[in-house]
Amino acid sequence: MAWSDVGLTTLLWVLEILAIAVPVALSVAYITYAERRVIGWVQVRKGCNRVGPHGLLQPLADGLKLFLKETIIPTNSNKLLFVAAPVIALIPALVAFAVVPFGETTFFNVWETTHTMAIADLNVGILYIMAISSLSIYGILIGGWASNSKYALIGAVRATCQMISYEIAMGFALVCVLMLSGSMNLSAIVHAQDGGFWHWYIIPLFPMFLVYFISGCAETGRTPFDLIEGEAELVAGHMVEYSGMWFATFSLAEYGALILISLMTSILFLGGWNAPIPALDFIPGTIWLLAKTSFFIFVFIWIRATFPRYRYDQMMRLGWKVFLPWTLAWIAVLGIFTYTPFLSDIIGYYQPWRP
Amino acid sequence: MQMIKRAFKTWLLWELVIGLSLTGRYMFRKKITVEYPEQRTPLSPRFRGLHALRRYDSGEERCIACKLCEVVCPALAIVIESKERQDGSRRTTRYDIDLTKCIYCGLCQEACPVDAIVETQEFEYATETRDALYYTKEMLLDVGDRLEAQITANLKADERYR
Repeated sequence: MAWSDVGLTTLLWVLEILAIAVPVALSVAYITYAERRVIGWVQVRKGCNRVGPHGLLQPLADGLKLFLKETIIPTNSNKLLFVAAPVIALIPALVAFAVVPFGETTFFNVWETTHTMAIADLNVGILYIMAISSLSIYGILIGGWASNSKYALIGAVRATCQMISYEIAMGFALVCVLMLSGSMNLSAIVHAQDGGFWHWYIIPLFPMFLVYFISGCAETGRTPFDLIEGEAELVAGHMVEYSGMWFATFSLAEYGALILISLMTSILFLGGWNAPIPALDFIPGTIWLLAKTSFFIFVFIWIRATFPRYRYDQMMRLGWKVFLPWTLAWIAVLGIFTYTPFLSDIIGYYQPWRP
Repeated sequence: MQMIKRAFKTWLLWELVIGLSLTGRYMFRKKITVEYPEQRTPLSPRFRGLHALRRYDSGEERCIACKLCEVVCPALAIVIESKERQDGSRRTTRYDIDLTKCIYCGLCQEACPVDAIVETQEFEYATETRDALYYTKEMLLDVGDRLEAQITANLKADERYR
């Protein structure tokens, strides 16, 4: 391969990465704005509407403020790990976006075949996302430990416990999706749901959709599962000692994970870039996907404005005693449906891998 | 039957849906935010804000240097010095209020026999230095001259209850 080819490939990759990383960072900024506005409205307030028209410049002002603030590194902390932790939390949250297909395009009919709009259209996309997104817990754990503070440590331990518990239920919910789609490739899963909302997996897998979404709440540490940063007893959990830009990096990772969960829910259960009825196909698929994702992000915010926080033992009970048996039972039910002669015709409608 | 109904309600998260619909309805309610610099809440005539020293219509200052306010002030924020004036009346030569000490209890205006020291409805006098919050006699008289209309109106509104 000539040097120019290598250069061109690298340039394309950099462009692709930027095309995803920059919108993700921007949407994180504006999700914080949306969160403040929506929670304000629910509480019969107006929310931030001072900086710029409708307060739209508020995220930029916040970013600037955080950027200019001093990052305080505690004397007794492990300085290297303390500084590294937010980055370790952020990288997996961003890297996971590599396999997310944002739609399919022929690039305005320039290309003859359709291409999936993903940096890497991996065959094991789901596995990759599960693996990478659970890595970000290392950032939280390291941050909590390196702070050398009891609150940070307890917060980190709680976060780890919670994420591992809910990862299992989440994984089993995904297994149900895989049993229907017969593929781990995300674009193949979307194609398995082609042709109208009655093909979407939310219909046969509605309970798994709920389990996945609620586990997603727990994974990202959102209300009602935000007891990893319960301010009453832990101040701010693993983020107690962080300030300025490093704190912002942590919340960037958190909101990045929020976007990822919303994207994944839309892709796995709501048919990704498919329009609800084929007649609406003239609207580009990417817009459908982003609309579904925005809806889920809104629901996350809505939930935060509505529900109080879980108690720790209740959260553990929900993860291990409710979700785990429930998802396992659904796997068994799906298996029975798939291999029993008459029942398989019903479920076969959703299984494109059947001959 | 009851059990089946309950199971459905549990697994479909029925109660959570009810909660969400309630907050969803609140989202479209009329907002109660008062956008402060443009909109203001009404103030009571008894509102205790910045202090003022008043004058009679003739321009003569009301304060007779009885020092009741200085005595009653729980925060010791008032300092008064007095002297006999040429015409034989007792007047203050110094009347200072340290607004950083003042707790805005209003005891000074209650104690005053001639309604000389009053608290106005003015509350936007934030400064960048502490020194600027040390109000001298001239400054207090200025405030009184500036807000006399407001003060008279408020005293009149509250007359029945005094």
